Amino acid sequence: MISIETIQDKLSKAFPDANINIIINRGMYQCEIPANRNLEIISFLKNDLGFQFLTDITASHYPDEKGRELCIISHMHNLTENTRLRLRAYVPIEQPDTSSLVSIFSGADWMERETYDFFGINFIGHPNLVRILNVDEMDYFPMRKEYQMEDPTRLDKDDIMFGRE
Amino acid sequence: MRPVKNNENRKITLAEIPEGYSGEGFMATKFDKVIGLARANSLWPLPFATSCCGIEFMATMGPNYDLARYGSERMAFTPRQCDMLLVAGTISKKLAPILKKVYLQMAEPRWVMAIGACASSGGIFDSYSVLQGIDQIIPVDVYVSGCAPRPEAILDGVLKMQDLVKNESLRRRHSPKYVALLNEYGIQ
Amino acid sequence: MVENESRHIKLAEDSIEKETTTINLGPTHPATHGIFQNIMEIDGERVMRTEMTVGYIHRAFEKIAERRPYYQITTLTDRMNYCSAPINNIGWQMTVEKLIGMEIPARVAYLRVIIMELARISDHLVCNSVIGVDAGALTPFTYVFQWREKIYDIYESICGARLTTNIGRIGGFERNFTDASWKFLDDFMKTFPPMMKEFETLLTRNRIFMDRCIGAGPISAERALNWGFTGPNLRAAGVDYDVRVMDPYSRYEEFDFKIPVGTTGDAYDRYLVRNIEMMESYSIIQQALDKLKGMDDSVFHADVPHFYLPEKADVYTKMEALIYHFKIVMGEVNLPVGEVYHAVEGGNGELGFYLESDGGRTPYRLHFRRPCFIYYQAFNELVAGGLLSDAIVTLSSLNVIAGELDA
Repeated sequence: MISIETIQDKLSKAFPDANINIIINRGMYQCEIPANRNLEIISFLKNDLGFQFLTDITASHYPDEKGRELCIISHMHNLTENTRLRLRAYVPIEQPDTSSLVSIFSGADWMERETYDFFGINFIGHPNLVRILNVDEMDYFPMRKEYQMEDPTRLDKDDIMFGRE
Repeated sequence: MRPVKNNENRKITLAEIPEGYSGEGFMATKFDKVIGLARANSLWPLPFATSCCGIEFMATMGPNYDLARYGSERMAFTPRQCDMLLVAGTISKKLAPILKKVYLQMAEPRWVMAIGACASSGGIFDSYSVLQGIDQIIPVDVYVSGCAPRPEAILDGVLKMQDLVKNESLRRRHSPKYVALLNEYGIQ
Repeated sequence: MVENESRHIKLAEDSIEKETTTINLGPTHPATHGIFQNIMEIDGERVMRTEMTVGYIHRAFEKIAERRPYYQITTLTDRMNYCSAPINNIGWQMTVEKLIGMEIPARVAYLRVIIMELARISDHLVCNSVIGVDAGALTPFTYVFQWREKIYDIYESICGARLTTNIGRIGGFERNFTDASWKFLDDFMKTFPPMMKEFETLLTRNRIFMDRCIGAGPISAERALNWGFTGPNLRAAGVDYDVRVMDPYSRYEEFDFKIPVGTTGDAYDRYLVRNIEMMESYSIIQQALDKLKGMDDSVFHADVPHFYLPEKADVYTKMEALIYHFKIVMGEVNLPVGEVYHAVEGGNGELGFYLESDGGRTPYRLHFRRPCFIYYQAFNELVAGGLLSDAIVTLSSLNVIAGELDA
């Protein structure tokens, strides 16, 4: 297991203005990174710190935090030293842009498509950013908090039956 | 072949002969009873297995709960060669046009069985992407409920289907009620 | 048919064929694999490129999970990898226990290990026999389903269901293992090794099976890691990454088992890795049964009245039990706020649960890291340049389960 001080030192030296602070959250290292520099930071983690496995990319929506509504959450894993790291990058909902990781991890292809499909995050540099799980004609991003779980065009059930009143 | 003694093998159950007048070497009955008997005991299914109910369907096909003894020996995986469409599993809105296409490619007479809660009514997935029951796009004859239904329940559904098929009149497909039903779904 | 002309591959000027054929493999496969579509461009018998379309069974698990209390999400997790549903269930329960910080008694951990290894055996049995079916050998499939029925009997005696088990609760199991369960388990343990031997004599050194599978869909270890492969597919490529060894959970560190590793990562290696893993799972179950001897038989859940429903007889007679029952079902329990990621070794690889809780009755955000979804993207790289029949065997040896692909 790499110690938290080693990672913190190396990251702070390589990216002094990114203001990265690593904490331990229930046994896993976690930090927040700026969304516009995610490709550089993750390349650095992959090449210099040995995090050669990208576990997952997903997102979450916090409608109450203005300017930081969407959060892109990446999990990385260093298999030789058995260290996991969670990276959170916040983007505003008007312009949810961040770089795509496809150039360094081929596996990020569908992970990013799924995140785009559900939350509308725009991964710059992705070769084929289209919907993957939902129908192609869908024009909204269903996992955002303002949309309901059920199909909005249902005629047979109304809000009372769905438990919302 | 050695001669078979009377009542030697009690484990075989033969299909019931239809009611009619039988005599020395002949039997007289109605045409549609014989055709119903033939159709009911040789229903060739098209397994449209999507998810978990598909695995229970595979277990029904397996040796423990053998489906083949009810006449479904050959699982025809092409719609042109089968009578019974078994839809087992969740149908999402993305898959619905494909299900309809498969149904349209089947030749008359055709029957549809919805296996499982998801195919009958959407099941536990009350979400925006799941079709709430296949009877929104194709007419269904038998619903088997359960999540996933036990193989015995699927066999029970096949038996009910056999009852339906045996007692169907030959002119049913041309009756105005059936044509009206298909028109509701937009099928000619 | 793909109408868009520019997507056809242009062959060299002097080749006999002037254009390729586009065929559509799916979405309705013959009853075995699930619902996903591969549009393949083939040049005679050789696959030039394939494009995958998924989402035909998208059921919006993550959206539904935001509306269900924690104890109801177990039923959702069942339906992801439905061939080995108990692993998904117990993985979810461990995630919530990690969020809360709950300690689990040793006996419960060993019982969970038995159930998870049985689920892994049943998943690998389906996969290996289906590789046989796709290569034309139908008999091993019928043998193997008989032993899956035995495993179903064990599940049924504990939780009441065969396939979509909803087994276990947050904090342990819903009821103790009965005498019937132990009897079924003994019967399974006695009859499984001879059956595996018979299964292997049918397929493993079979000339035709070997010719079909060797060289079908190989992948190197670096590419596999880059794509995010986990599970038997990664181990067949040569990397010995197993979550049970790397980040042990449920007392796996006390068990002694080997991790089989392949060399070329082709379909034959995947088949062999799964076979050996089944025998290793069998030995883990045997070790667990040995460890259980001499332990107090009555412990089947942790002593956490705030999260584990009390006995029904107590609910009707004692006041505290009534209050706990009400609070748990109505969601008035104080859950910690925060996020947690927990991974278990599923039948297909690292099954991860990312849970964000806001202290309420339902999760704020739940994301499933589904191994099938992540390694299926590499299918194009695995089959491009190979023959069409190799592509079929590769697809079935990857063990793509549609429920886990789309979630």
